[in-house]
Amino acid sequence: MLNKRNPQLNRQGELIHLLSIEGLPRDVVTHILDTAGTFLSVNDREVKKVPLLRGKSVFNLFFENSTRTRTTFEIAAKRLSADVINLDIAKSSASKGESLLDTIANLSAMHADMFVVRHSESGAPYLIAQHCAPHVHVVNAGDGRHAHPTQGLLDMYTIRHFKQDFTQLSVAIVGDIVHSRVARSDIHALTTLGVPDIRAVGPKTLVPGDLQGMGVRVCHDMNEGIKDADVIIMLRLQSERMSGGMLPSAGEFYKHYGLSQDKLRLAKPDAIVMHPGPINRGVEIDSAVADGSHSVILPQVTFGIAVRMAVMSILAGNDA
Amino acid sequence: MKILIKNGRLIDPASGRDELGDVVIAGGRILALGSVPPDFQPNRTIDASGCIVAPGLVDLAARLREPGHEHEGMLESELNAAAAGGVTSLVCPPDTDPTLDEPGLVEMLKFRARKLSLCRLFPLGALTRGLAGEVLTEMAELTEAGCVGFSQAEVPVADTLVLLRALQYAATFGYTVWLRPQDGWLGKGIAASGAVATRLGLSGVPVAAETVALLTIIELVRTTGARVHLCRLSSAAGVALLRAAKAEGLPITADVSINSLHLTDVDIGYFNPAMRLTPPLRQGADRAALRAALADGTIDALVSDHTPVDEDAKNLPFGEAEPGATGLELLLSLALKWGSDSGLALPATLARVTSNPVRVLGDALGSLSSSAGQLVAGGVADVCVFDPSQTWAVTALGLLSQGKHTPFAFESTGMALPGRVRATLVAGTVAYEAPAG
Repeated sequence: MLNKRNPQLNRQGELIHLLSIEGLPRDVVTHILDTAGTFLSVNDREVKKVPLLRGKSVFNLFFENSTRTRTTFEIAAKRLSADVINLDIAKSSASKGESLLDTIANLSAMHADMFVVRHSESGAPYLIAQHCAPHVHVVNAGDGRHAHPTQGLLDMYTIRHFKQDFTQLSVAIVGDIVHSRVARSDIHALTTLGVPDIRAVGPKTLVPGDLQGMGVRVCHDMNEGIKDADVIIMLRLQSERMSGGMLPSAGEFYKHYGLSQDKLRLAKPDAIVMHPGPINRGVEIDSAVADGSHSVILPQVTFGIAVRMAVMSILAGNDA
Repeated sequence: MKILIKNGRLIDPASGRDELGDVVIAGGRILALGSVPPDFQPNRTIDASGCIVAPGLVDLAARLREPGHEHEGMLESELNAAAAGGVTSLVCPPDTDPTLDEPGLVEMLKFRARKLSLCRLFPLGALTRGLAGEVLTEMAELTEAGCVGFSQAEVPVADTLVLLRALQYAATFGYTVWLRPQDGWLGKGIAASGAVATRLGLSGVPVAAETVALLTIIELVRTTGARVHLCRLSSAAGVALLRAAKAEGLPITADVSINSLHLTDVDIGYFNPAMRLTPPLRQGADRAALRAALADGTIDALVSDHTPVDEDAKNLPFGEAEPGATGLELLLSLALKWGSDSGLALPATLARVTSNPVRVLGDALGSLSSSAGQLVAGGVADVCVFDPSQTWAVTALGLLSQGKHTPFAFESTGMALPGRVRATLVAGTVAYEAPAG
């Protein structure tokens, strides 16, 4: 089989789409984080706008419902002075039977410059990137269980903000990893940035042994998993996991894998607690922890806007 | 029509014949092999210099899409594809729409195929009505209509009591039951469980989906004595179970698809929907076990698993794309590639797509069973003439099948395939001839 070029990089190795963190060179990731730093101050200004994407049209294509992620992309695009068009495709064309590629062809004909795509199927943004016009950039805003690269990047921004150096860290990712695109993107980003100790923590139904192939240590015991961790990333537990026979109950999950004040004491004294949101209080995380001094959940949201501005401005500056 | 195929290298895997010579054909049969009777006056002469003259290929798994899925394939397009691939007999599964559970449907299909006279068609009847896994079909009636066995296609029988009864009933009449071993629940995922599926975020099909089903089938064969053909094994663990069952003397045969023989889950790459297949592509160790099992005879036959899928159904995100790939025109080349990779002699390689599949079909072929898949004087003139030294690039435009999607497309592999069919004869008539040049 041919060794195919990573579809998100051009021949010069510059980022033209952001589809996954897997396969991105470390300097590309670091460049995004550095750029995000320069945008952070824009968000504190009275006039929260820079003209980098003026005259560009950004289409938010959400084939799967999401309010939070779509809003942050919309804010980021608007602060870059782009025109933003929100399409809730879950409720429109797809339900009229239009195929994904027909939708893309039609929107391309409207001279879109960037597609921000969320889709319930892993890999859907790759198909779109392959079939859209060459000048169009695609940003993956979450595809199935596969990737959520901007979330991964904002998590890295957050970790770097609080911990500076990646190369001495122990990071625990806890919960429903098998279904989590956030976990996959975090793992790729952490390994790319040189984190030596990444642990995936949860029961065998949610944390399969195959994950070791991604460079993590699989732990089925929570106490062992978060012991001396510098960073704890809690994942959201979907209620479908109970009906799907993956867990008996939210209560039993919380007892073994929920992050309580008691368990948090096992981590480093200056550990930070992260969560991609929205949080289920009392299911994966105790309210006292979510709102406590170790929690950086709200800074994650703030950094998320700057990171998405960085991604969009970098993509817009690179040609296929 | 009298045809003379001249100066070819005649290879007949069944008898071990491998020599330079001529094939003399008259009245749909092979009149003589080796040298030409002095009084023979051919209407046509095919020059086979530099080519192999072999029995026509026998493909145990090819979907033709008729009736019900004509937008994806028509009898005529797919049988033309078969002829272009050197395939002179093929077995089609019953998962058409409606399913092949009525003798009338089977007769109609056989009749239409006969009129086209491009390739012999041997349908499998549905094992249960509508493939619903509840009520047995009229197997004796369906056999009279032309079915060579009974199958559930891609729909596993969930109720093991029904499966037991189906095997008992088939065994009563000596019919073969064709089953793809896959547990209905464990088999619900999209890609083979493993590092690739985990990394890509695709739901997994564990090896246990195959082995659990195999253990059930093997135990039911043991208790009923029914003859079972296992379709398209995909795993090393499955091969081990098959090997043990054969060693025990159970009446079980098996095949593997060209896809599982040559590819692994790593080939999914960046979600290439051409790699969306059932059974899903597994890991390197599985592929190695399948290749070795085909070489040592544990797996009897190699099949194309031909499944034409149209653009609309394939150009979708990986998990939504319809599984399947075109294969009839690739079977010979991929057999040759496997054979040369494995260091096998040509007769042994060709046996996997000629005489072995005929042995699997056995008595179900009736009078054909003594000469299909072979080159025998007095036998049917189903012949494939191919140039082993010529390579070719698989392109959508070049394929006669309506199905254009294949993992082996030149544009994605950059790899040309060995062996080009020059002419295919079915019952002594030319069904395909390569364009000159």
